[in-house]
Amino acid sequence: MNRHLISAGDLTKDDALLILDTAEELARVSERSIKKLPTLRGRTVVNLFFEDSTRTRISFEAAAKRLSADVINFSAKGSSVSKGESLKDTALTLEAMGADAVVIRHGASGAPHRLATWVRGSVVNAGDGTHEHPTQALLDAFSMRRRLGGLDGRRITIVGDVLHSRVARSNVLLLATLGADVTLVAPPTLLPVSVGSWPCEVSYDLDAVLPKSDAVMMLRVQKERMNAAYFPSEREYSRRYGLDRDRFAKMPDQAIVMHPGPMNRGMEIAAEVADSPRSTIVEQVANGVTIRMAVLYLLLGGETLA
Amino acid sequence: MIIKSVRVLGGEPVDIRVEDGLIAEIGPGLSGGEVVDGGGAIALPGLVDLHTHLREPGREDAETVLTGTQSAARGGYTAVHAMANTSPVADTAGVVEQVWRLGREHGHCDVQPVGAVTVGLEGERLAELGAMADSAARVRVFSDDGKCVSDAVLMRRALEYVKAFDGVVAQHAQEPRLTEGAQMNEGVVSGRLGLTGWPAVAEEAIIARDCLLAAHVGSRLHVCHVSTAGSVEIIRWAKSKGWNVTAEVTPHHLLLTDDLVEDSPVGAYNPIYKVNPPLRTRADVEALRAALADGTIDVVATDHAPHPVEDKETEWSAAAMGMIGLETALSVVQEAMVDTGLLDWAGVAERMSAAPARIGRLPGHGLALEAGAPANITLYDPSVRTPVDPSGYASKSRNTPYEGMTLPGRVVATFLRGRPTVLEGKLT
Repeated sequence: MNRHLISAGDLTKDDALLILDTAEELARVSERSIKKLPTLRGRTVVNLFFEDSTRTRISFEAAAKRLSADVINFSAKGSSVSKGESLKDTALTLEAMGADAVVIRHGASGAPHRLATWVRGSVVNAGDGTHEHPTQALLDAFSMRRRLGGLDGRRITIVGDVLHSRVARSNVLLLATLGADVTLVAPPTLLPVSVGSWPCEVSYDLDAVLPKSDAVMMLRVQKERMNAAYFPSEREYSRRYGLDRDRFAKMPDQAIVMHPGPMNRGMEIAAEVADSPRSTIVEQVANGVTIRMAVLYLLLGGETLA
Repeated sequence: MIIKSVRVLGGEPVDIRVEDGLIAEIGPGLSGGEVVDGGGAIALPGLVDLHTHLREPGREDAETVLTGTQSAARGGYTAVHAMANTSPVADTAGVVEQVWRLGREHGHCDVQPVGAVTVGLEGERLAELGAMADSAARVRVFSDDGKCVSDAVLMRRALEYVKAFDGVVAQHAQEPRLTEGAQMNEGVVSGRLGLTGWPAVAEEAIIARDCLLAAHVGSRLHVCHVSTAGSVEIIRWAKSKGWNVTAEVTPHHLLLTDDLVEDSPVGAYNPIYKVNPPLRTRADVEALRAALADGTIDVVATDHAPHPVEDKETEWSAAAMGMIGLETALSVVQEAMVDTGLLDWAGVAERMSAAPARIGRLPGHGLALEAGAPANITLYDPSVRTPVDPSGYASKSRNTPYEGMTLPGRVVATFLRGRPTVLEGKLT
């Protein structure tokens, strides 16, 4: 494995499977009454969050703590960053503190790449702008593999704002590596003009794709897109691309429904679909901690698993 | 003074006698007086840049008229057009005269200020173009460069108005609504990197509109930093109609492509490659080279855009757009155009000296090297290849995308009206 986890595209199939298999082992630890492992004792993990994302931050924090790492949470709000400190100076500060890993969430695509040129520790991308979110893709793959029994040849449909979605980018790359067949479904305005060069199929017609899907991943529609003429109205989007009860009924019986959260219930996904037994949405959150444990464990070269 | 053993436009070795700032005689075996050994270098008419950002007044931390003109001299330039997007903006006779006077005082090369088209580059009302034209700075090129004159009526009025003093509007062609938040060329790479795209159509749509406007009102249009194959097609079409349209291309758009943003020796998302208009694709580069070779594009202009280190050592979206280029322009043109067989040295002289001087209505520059012409001369040795090392640059800034690349050629000497500004590669 690389020293960093910045793009899902940097993972070979062996790397990805190693992370998923390690996560399976670690998942057993989570089932114990004492959830903590000593493997990263004395190592420091910094959560460097330039965007508010309580869900992702506490997921990484829980993962690092379960491995006994020291965790420093560095939030940009109210820090030197809000006083105009550059990313480079923040990086040099973390470097001086001896961070073994920096988990970065940043609003600018590519910020983790830049950070990696300024720090010696491992950089883990926890979401950069509209680029990637590789641990989300890993936890999604983990969740799918558990429910579907494998990923090779499975038909995965990702629906929504692909253009601005770091989740979609990472998922397309990782799922292609793992041998799944991915189809993106979105209004044409929410697909990159170059999407034809991606390792996946593209459709504008959700109803045609649903019956041929083993998993359907709904992406969140951001409020600011709704006001920027990417589609005429929330209702029209919901009618054409929302997963409501009728559409859910068109999916194969064993097919699962996913969402990276937070959801707009009633917009891209109906409440009864989100809460159905075939939804993995809550599992995805739990699996997030496990997969992030595996990533930190492998990047920081922890001791053998207990 | 005798400049011994130079090859005018790459021809047979001759000597050049310079007297009173003029070329007195060109021929073999001249002697007498002070002698500068040209060592067989190629002699070109002093280069003229139609598009330079000198940053003074306002951003003297990035560049000044002094350091910018020193950089220009080292690059073989004897005249530069200083763009108007300073602070304050060069939209009055006062500001353009200040910049012009600073250039005269320093004396490294002639500084011809460009005037803003609109007040404060705001795109709302015309600046006092006539006052700038009538000032000591004698402004003939007007541009809101950095911003597009996107309002069609305002552009029409500007094109019409400058006819009164034989001016030209140099348009930064960028449809603003299509490029809100744009970070790099919209294409395969921007899609993968999740960076907001700057589509080619945003440039091409404005160029098409402006060509039609220029034809309609019978005025001169100059298109700044053409970057796409589609733009080339539109300009070729406009020229075929006989319309008075000229165009420039930057050295970086002749050599570099957008995949450097994803994959380069200096790491992904390195803002050293962030520039406006953005680096495009290999197909665009090929089309631009062909257009420069066949004359569809008239001029190589540097768009020398200095920025301090802290404005580039950031995340991509926070970084400033622009690259320095004066000290590498001739080398890049040799690499992209001469060594590829697309242009000979006479062609280089036309595109980098004669044409820009003609478009800018700049007297005393861009003239053929012959007896009676001002002795504005650049000596260039194309035979060496060296790694680009900006540590010795005269520019205050270091934001060159070529660092570490090996490029051909070096400017040996530059003469401004017979006076050397650069000798043996060093400022005098």
